[in-house]
Amino acid sequence: MNMIVCCKQVLDPEAAPSTFKLDAANNRMVQPPEIKPVVNPYDEQAVEAALRIKDKDKAANKITIISLGNNLARDVVKKPLSMGADELILLEDPAFEGGDSFAVASALAAAIKKVGQFDLIFCGRQESEWDDGQVGSGLAELLGIPSVTIAKKAEVMDGGKVKVERIVADGYQVLEVSTPALITVSNELGEARYATLKGIMAASKKQPVVWKPADIGMDAGKVGAAARKSKIVKLFQPVKEGKCDIVSADSPAEAASLLAQKLRENKVI
Amino acid sequence: MADNKGILVVGEVAEGKLLPITAEILGAGRRLADELKEQVTCILIGEKIGDAGKAAVAAGADKVLVADNAQLKAYENGIYMQVMEKAVAEVAPRIILMGQSANGRDLAPRLAFKLGVGAVMDCLELAIDPATKSMHCTRPVYGGNAKAIFTSEGFPQIATVRVKASSPIAPDAGRAGDVIAFAVALDAAKIKAKVLETVKEEVAGIKIEDATVVIAGGRGVGGPEPFQKELAELAKVLKGAVGASRPPCDNKWVPDSIQVGLTGKIIAPELYIAIGISGSSQHMSGCSGAKCIVAINKDPEANIFKEARFGVVGDWKVMVPAFTAKVKELVQ
Repeated sequence: MNMIVCCKQVLDPEAAPSTFKLDAANNRMVQPPEIKPVVNPYDEQAVEAALRIKDKDKAANKITIISLGNNLARDVVKKPLSMGADELILLEDPAFEGGDSFAVASALAAAIKKVGQFDLIFCGRQESEWDDGQVGSGLAELLGIPSVTIAKKAEVMDGGKVKVERIVADGYQVLEVSTPALITVSNELGEARYATLKGIMAASKKQPVVWKPADIGMDAGKVGAAARKSKIVKLFQPVKEGKCDIVSADSPAEAASLLAQKLRENKVI
Repeated sequence: MADNKGILVVGEVAEGKLLPITAEILGAGRRLADELKEQVTCILIGEKIGDAGKAAVAAGADKVLVADNAQLKAYENGIYMQVMEKAVAEVAPRIILMGQSANGRDLAPRLAFKLGVGAVMDCLELAIDPATKSMHCTRPVYGGNAKAIFTSEGFPQIATVRVKASSPIAPDAGRAGDVIAFAVALDAAKIKAKVLETVKEEVAGIKIEDATVVIAGGRGVGGPEPFQKELAELAKVLKGAVGASRPPCDNKWVPDSIQVGLTGKIIAPELYIAIGISGSSQHMSGCSGAKCIVAINKDPEANIFKEARFGVVGDWKVMVPAFTAKVKELVQ
């Protein structure tokens, strides 16, 4: 099975909210030096979903990673290789910057058409910066293939169809989908594996293939920000009042008891 | 497409009943339509839709299209898209609204890309720009650390609306509106994915989305047992439900279905008690609609204290039992 996993480099979403600052003039966040780029966590889980299929038969399955951006940190974008993926394609160019889901999915679709052969595409359910969650479904629509989103499990069945468990409000749906297909992966899949030392060594030797807009048949003036379908009118940081009434007393137990009393006085309970 | 008019609300029905999110987006759609002096059309897709069409009229729709068909019983985007394409072609709406539900977040981008327009996901507020009549959508970004107002190019403009972000109108059974059967010839050859079954994961007691009080635990709770014991005990006393932030779910201490957060359940209870939860932006996105947030955390610097109305700093193991005992005394 030829699998493609789309991975985005993002600023670490686990960073403390207090470090967050906006560059409102340019409609983006400021990157404080202490916050490092990482692979979007849901995308790592998408890599994990593909690796679980590859684990069953290493020779018969191949995983190609595609990442899009500009000035991508090699140690970050190579992480999926060190986890066990086979190839890495970078869509890397200043022109790719500033795109929305439409711009990103359009470039990914062009790159995937150039790759040609694929059976399954995995994406994370959403990325952690804009939390848009549109690229997977949009990419499937552009490629004209079925999509199953927010999956917690994907298994290849005898006969080549894929069985997917998709999370819904009160449980999950079990779907059977024919290939080629696209699946977006949620955290319920379980933790992504760590890179092994051997994997890191092997990944360090691998050179990614780098494609510019022209390499995927796109005009540099019509990708990234120029290809957006949604425009940002305003980006702002809501003011938090932060008026927490911290109840204290001589002992923790007394403080807790006093808290209950206070909630009662304020008619909260 | 300059002639596009009106709002098309994509409703959801379960067991013949309109889901609360649909009443909420009908409310949002009604307000936009009144401002534009245009109509709200609601489409309901499924099987055994029953009287949900009338309920949609009572909730603000001027016209309801009912696509009721055994093949539409379970949601699958390939087959639902066939219905939506026909509905969009016939209604030619200016705006399409869906809930940010499992189905809405799946269907909206597929439909937007099909139509070659943009969709704005997970919106908190919708407004019409008076100058351009274009819809402006406010949504959280950067894991809830910031908000952005978006507008999309082309018509229809598509948006999904976060659960509990907009208020429904008071249901009015006397409202006038047409409920019309909407027949679509479904092409089986186009269907590439099939729903084999839908598995319900039943939660004992009150569902977290419906609870007026939620007692939630985080990483700081340390393991699965306290969720069964101390947190459950407090929930019982306050007639509430037990929830969790993401780490306890990822660690399999509790089922994923009780996760509160951006990618879990979005809830708006009267009272939310966060125990051993640091209060990441992702988590707060799920509970910031609560009327009152109370934090119990040993770290006085934890972000949760910036969001909470009341708090205590200390070891939850000592504090929660003492708190529960006092609450019991007060509420009985």
